[in-house]
Amino acid sequence: MTLIKETDYGTPESKSEKMITLTIDGKSVTVPEGTSIMRAAMESGTEIPKLCATDSIKAFGSCRLCVIEVEGRFGTPASCTTPVAPGISVKTQTPRLAAIRKGVMELYISDHPLDCLTCAANGDCELQDMAGAVGLRDVRYGYDGANHVFARNSGEANFDWKPKDESNPYFSYDPSKCIVCNRCVRACEEVQGTFALTISGRGFDSRVSAGMDEAFFESECVSCGACVQACPTATLTEKSVIAIGQPEHSEVTTCAYCGVGCTFKAEMRGEEVVRLVPWKDGKANHGHSCIKGRFAYGYAHHGDRITEPMIRETIDQPWRVVSWDEALDFATSRMKAVQEKYGRNSIGAISSSRCTNEETYLVQKLVRAGYGNNNIDTCARVCHSPTGYGLNQAFGTSAGTQDFDSVDDADVILVIGANPTDAHPVFGSRMKKRLREGAKLIVIDPRRIDLVRSPHIQSDYHLPLKPGTNVAMVTALAHVIVMEGLANETFIRSRCDWEEYQDWATFVSRPENSPEALAATLGVSAADVRGAARLYATGGNAAIYYGLGVTEHAQGSTAVMGIANLAMATGNLGRRGVGVNPLRGQNNVQGSCDMGSFPHELPGYQHISGDKARAVFEEDWGVKLDREPGLRIPSMFDSAIEGLFKGLYVQGEDILQSDPDTRHVSAALANMECVIVQDLFLVETANYAHVFLPGATFLEKDGTFTNAERRIQRIRKVMSPKNGYGDWEITQLLANRLGMNWTYTNPSEIMDEIARLTPSFSGVSFEKLDRDGSVQWPCNDEAPNGMPIMHVEGFARGKGKFVITEYVPTDEKVGPRFPLLLTTGRILSQYNVGAQTRRTENSRWHEEDLLEIHPHDAEERGVHDGDWLKVQSRAGETTLRAKVTDRVAPGVVYTTFHHPMTQANVITTDNSDWATNCPEYKVTAVQISTSNGPTEWQERYRELSETSRRIAGAVDAAE
Amino acid sequence: MSHNSVEKLVKMANQIGAFFGAQKASQSAAGMAEHLMKFWDPRMRALIIEHVAHGGTGLDPIALEAVKKLPPVK
Ligand code: SF4
Ligand code: SF4
Ligand code: SF4
Ligand code: FES
Repeated sequence: MTLIKETDYGTPESKSEKMITLTIDGKSVTVPEGTSIMRAAMESGTEIPKLCATDSIKAFGSCRLCVIEVEGRFGTPASCTTPVAPGISVKTQTPRLAAIRKGVMELYISDHPLDCLTCAANGDCELQDMAGAVGLRDVRYGYDGANHVFARNSGEANFDWKPKDESNPYFSYDPSKCIVCNRCVRACEEVQGTFALTISGRGFDSRVSAGMDEAFFESECVSCGACVQACPTATLTEKSVIAIGQPEHSEVTTCAYCGVGCTFKAEMRGEEVVRLVPWKDGKANHGHSCIKGRFAYGYAHHGDRITEPMIRETIDQPWRVVSWDEALDFATSRMKAVQEKYGRNSIGAISSSRCTNEETYLVQKLVRAGYGNNNIDTCARVCHSPTGYGLNQAFGTSAGTQDFDSVDDADVILVIGANPTDAHPVFGSRMKKRLREGAKLIVIDPRRIDLVRSPHIQSDYHLPLKPGTNVAMVTALAHVIVMEGLANETFIRSRCDWEEYQDWATFVSRPENSPEALAATLGVSAADVRGAARLYATGGNAAIYYGLGVTEHAQGSTAVMGIANLAMATGNLGRRGVGVNPLRGQNNVQGSCDMGSFPHELPGYQHISGDKARAVFEEDWGVKLDREPGLRIPSMFDSAIEGLFKGLYVQGEDILQSDPDTRHVSAALANMECVIVQDLFLVETANYAHVFLPGATFLEKDGTFTNAERRIQRIRKVMSPKNGYGDWEITQLLANRLGMNWTYTNPSEIMDEIARLTPSFSGVSFEKLDRDGSVQWPCNDEAPNGMPIMHVEGFARGKGKFVITEYVPTDEKVGPRFPLLLTTGRILSQYNVGAQTRRTENSRWHEEDLLEIHPHDAEERGVHDGDWLKVQSRAGETTLRAKVTDRVAPGVVYTTFHHPMTQANVITTDNSDWATNCPEYKVTAVQISTSNGPTEWQERYRELSETSRRIAGAVDAAE
Repeated sequence: MSHNSVEKLVKMANQIGAFFGAQKASQSAAGMAEHLMKFWDPRMRALIIEHVAHGGTGLDPIALEAVKKLPPVK
């Protein structure tokens, strides 16, 4: 194992197809037009000294270290800012160039501390490297004059010196080491798109400053770390590097947080993580990351992590730490006893979108082949199940149509019910980059998300519709497209079922579907809806990106199909820059769905009732499979309350916190006789568990995740599991106690089995992934290298299907008792229910969940910023603090659900999507009143959590 | 059998009916029946079939028609 060092070509790649040939140091070099001479030299193996250039950002030309000579041209131009030209002859090293470089370095070093031996960047400093490269031997100027290096000059206070800024928990800023190369400023602008940094002052006074000369933590900085990565010196450095030292080996792995699927180099010293650095070759992130992926891995060592198995007879007892054998035997005999007493269908399992493909595959195999039923479901039920259903109906595959890179060719971006800058930050940055290049933007969201207006970005249309009216909106847009003759009939005739299209066109053309007729329902002006529809239909390549704000509704599946209709009607499918793109929540939502985690589907979306598909699995697994769909999560709970469902194995999922209607879920769990929770922490669900099996983090196991663009990527084990086993091994141990004789010794063997049984995965193997980095399914004989863009020639199902999407208002209506609509979302620094991120420094950015309320609604109720509020729905009540803001429209309130004590799901109801039962998180009618603090339920819940988390014999550190 | 549970199923069936009812008349009840076969587990189907056998109170016409098309649950 070695430390992966990526080549820095100095300037970004040119996308031109025209090739240019030139000579560099006597060697002939051919590169795309627009390439810098610096890059051309590096590609041919010659490294020209540089300081202010790096290939993630545009050339700047300020340091003058990279000078060259071009035959027949005067002077010594900078190679980073000079493009190649046909036939020129370049020299990268001459006595004149060497002298210039030495002079430049001498000046830099004269205002730089010489404490290299004790500097955190020692061994990883470009300034140090360049001093070596140019042969600097001597600095003639001395340190007595004006400088930024010393706090005092000859005993006098030095006002040019500034102390370190340690305000960010993850990195520090030491101005005394800054060479003002501007790389950090440009990274923040160009890569991240936050514009938090500037160079303040001029000349000698120039220095990097965050916000309005603020501390980093107080500024707009979102702590993505792009500036730290870009900094050539120790000025911006990870605190972990300062604490530990330079890494000695690294492995490429994939972020375990969100569906973007950023890949990282895990840079290690032994089994200790020194830092995670986004991988430049990562096809999803191209060397960028967000605060979660890069910095929030500390939960692996948090004191709350449980690393030993525990059991208890009943949930009012304290936990008893036992051996793995005892815990597994106990779990198995209980599950068996339940099945004997209550029947084969009385047990089931829930797999996790946080675990690997191989792990979710094994859990569903355990259920189908071991439990002998199909009671397997996954947390994707509560987020993107309507995507699977809706896109499968329309196109014939349950997945997004594009890769992320496709956004670079989009002319119009339509974001509906998604908040990419918070929930999918790295893709959000990509999108912002394209918007700054001039793409148009339509945002359909009840809330004014950051994209609507942020530095250098302004949406062309923001349609702040009322929560729950997506289907009406999509139909109104379609009305305009059809009635104004903007539909792409050539595309429709050749690619879709024409007759179905005509039925649909007749439906959307009805007068009651016009923006004017729907204006009151939507709460959006008809003119804006018309303008947005015209822009989408006529603005060039138009791409739709949507998220949970579309799926988590009573008509979630209908809205997904409506979105597919829009794309088909305008011909925005089957090429770059267009498409229908679901932004998935958790890292492996796509994968867990692909792996057969739904009760009605075998891996690869093969319906369980299909005799042919079932036969393939039956033969491979050597068992008979049940042909009936099993229980979905809500049915598991309902059956549990009826006393029919008694045993549940939950891998890596906190259903009690993440599922709607907490009271119902807790009553269901309390009714079970065997609940097995496999997780890192005693999560909320574990309050009701009889067996706790400690899980492993993504750093401690091998496997694959599949991101929102269907990209399958490796995660690699960089440290031994603290709990002893990878999660796949634990499932195997459970299975073998049921007599299943599994003999997997490595997750690669599980992937081989998946490839053998799943037509769309037949070309996937760890070997291929290790070789190619990643692949986007389908990957089989027809598409041996995967498929970045789908439906290029025709749809997977044949002809695209237009589905009629009649708007049915949700039952969740405002009225005198509950006059406001609550909608929910997430924020950048936290992740889902927060079990991991809350156990890192990320919590400093989001200490509690707040309720956003419009000033008008706040005034009416006498609510001020920071007041405790009681939020009541027909399901329950909770308390939160208020944040008064006009980001939400009057009549709408908004909160996140990252903290368990908030118990936001106490108020969400059991309404759900008609097709998939995906809960309607995004709309709950509520009333708000001021309150003195936590509700009785929250207090009782706190007590319950404390009692049920007791571990026998353990000393409670908190006391 | 809890009353509450059947009530939930009736609500869900009506929601599904509202979608299929909007599709072409020739496909709507059949489409809904197929949906129930594909996605509802046998327990749910048995409950709703039994409910329809007892009159099917609360079900919209299309949902009623679709449930009547379902084969008995073994
Ligand atoms: S961490 Fe990211 S957002 Fe913050 S200053 Fe650096 S680049 Fe900008
Ligand atoms: S902080 Fe680093 S990247 Fe930014 S200007 Fe200073 S040396 Fe350059
Ligand atoms: S959380 Fe998402 S955007 Fe952030 S680093 Fe991980 S995969 Fe990338
Ligand atoms: S690297 Fe070219 S001017 Fe700095």
